[in-house]
Amino acid sequence: MIQPFLPDVSELVCQVFKRNFTVFRRTWMVSMSFNFVEPLLYLAAMGVGLGSYVRPMEGLPYLNFIAPGLTVTSAMFAAAYECTYGSFIRMEFQKIYNAIIATPASADDVVLGDMLWGGFKSLLYGTVILLVILALGLVRSPWALLTPPVFLLAGITFAAMSMVWVGLVPSIDSFNYFFSLVVTPLFLLSGVFFPVDDLAPAMRAAAWLSPLYHSVRVARGMINGSVGTYILADILWLAVLALLLVPLALYLMRRLLIK
Amino acid sequence: MDNVIEVHNLVKKYNGFTAVAGINFQVRRGECFGILGPNGAGKSSTVKMIYCFSPVTAGEITVLGMDVLSRPREIKARMGVVAQENNLDPDLTALQNLVSYAGFYRISSAEARERALELLGVFGLEEWSNHKVDDLSGGMKRKLTIARGLINRPEVLILDEPTTGLDPQARHVVWQQLNSLRERGVTLLLTTHYLDEAQHLCDRLIIMHRGTIVEEGAPGKLVERHIGAEVVEVVKGAGAATEIVASSKDFIKGHLVVGDNLYLYPLDGRELVRLLGQLGVGRLYLRPATLEDVFLKLTGRGLVEE
Repeated sequence: MIQPFLPDVSELVCQVFKRNFTVFRRTWMVSMSFNFVEPLLYLAAMGVGLGSYVRPMEGLPYLNFIAPGLTVTSAMFAAAYECTYGSFIRMEFQKIYNAIIATPASADDVVLGDMLWGGFKSLLYGTVILLVILALGLVRSPWALLTPPVFLLAGITFAAMSMVWVGLVPSIDSFNYFFSLVVTPLFLLSGVFFPVDDLAPAMRAAAWLSPLYHSVRVARGMINGSVGTYILADILWLAVLALLLVPLALYLMRRLLIK
Repeated sequence: MDNVIEVHNLVKKYNGFTAVAGINFQVRRGECFGILGPNGAGKSSTVKMIYCFSPVTAGEITVLGMDVLSRPREIKARMGVVAQENNLDPDLTALQNLVSYAGFYRISSAEARERALELLGVFGLEEWSNHKVDDLSGGMKRKLTIARGLINRPEVLILDEPTTGLDPQARHVVWQQLNSLRERGVTLLLTTHYLDEAQHLCDRLIIMHRGTIVEEGAPGKLVERHIGAEVVEVVKGAGAATEIVASSKDFIKGHLVVGDNLYLYPLDGRELVRLLGQLGVGRLYLRPATLEDVFLKLTGRGLVEE
């Protein structure tokens, strides 16, 4: 059966989001407190530890250089976990997707709701790390107030990327590969820890395609107060990626759900 | 409009495998209609297409006068579904399960809460409203799933094997609930591979086998038409079947051999038993005919096996 490519979406997307939010309200303490340990460890080990041996980068002390990237990284991991393991468990083990599709909601409503939820978690987890680095005195500009919407946009892109993986390789064991083949390389090679200019030309081109690379540039510019029109180009690229990946994820998931 | 569901020449194929091979039936308003058949007969595939989950390969289904392919959201808004798998939300409490589900029917929170509490009461689950689903027993989960299927006050409720996996006590409780729903005018469409369930609940039913309908009608009439009132079951009678049938041919309307057993359809049960006793036939039972006999006769095998 050939699936139509055009998504069938209604406002019931919000109900899917609301369902996830209802669950989150009971568990947020546990899930949030674990999540900001990791970026803090990176700040301590890389920023403070390694940073004392490292020359300033792009005119910034190393700790200030990496801190903004870690906010976006936290956002990326939140969406990636949510829309691989989280979504897959809801779909495959809890059969929640099937239950919701029996109501007036469509498969697209359910999957889009889950991706928006992934985007919201990015917003939340990115903002928590932003507050942490603010407390550590690593935020230098009020432009930083504009980073949460960037976390949201980047989060939706990461969520869609993750959902595309689920649609292509719907098995819980495959998510290890998603993290080691996609998420971790993005994390290490998207200019969080060193400027991508130092990479080989091919890698540099690849980094330029990475949504994390563009999110890091935006966050670093805003948090350190070096904003310019380049930020608009980065945001535009993120939006284009989201607009491409979201319908693709919906299509692949619909193919999986509706038989 | 008298028919709530109309199915015309319905076909379902999965990658070349034909699950449903061109079936026709109608479900009338207010009745309990059963789809009976062994596992793999095409029952679930059929209902999944009716509740707009699975796309129709060929043919046509209308529900409440609307085509399932063109108006799924409108149909689903007026329908309740109790799927075969347990798909309650384990991250939510019993009450939250109902309230959250109501949201997908665009029911306001206040109204949803009111309906949810009412349904929990009807199904005797009010004490469990703030418990997580995993705290509930199998029977309670099933009742909660049925309650959830009623949150939008549907005109038709579809139940895919509603009592599979339940203990006998829980089954009877579910049956009572379904009977009272029918009394309240809700049209029920259920699939089952339990013959006693079909006999107990259904006004009319179809028997499906390998994607086709092999028989349809009211349970009692089907038994009467194919078997009669009684069956004499000769345990391990298959070996001597030819002799037994030959010597009792004036006393029976028909017979069937399944596995080791011989089933005889007597004109008068007691007389046949007396005759077989004189012939020295060993273990035999005289019992009322059931749908199972109909199914055995039509398909040549039992319902639960395979």
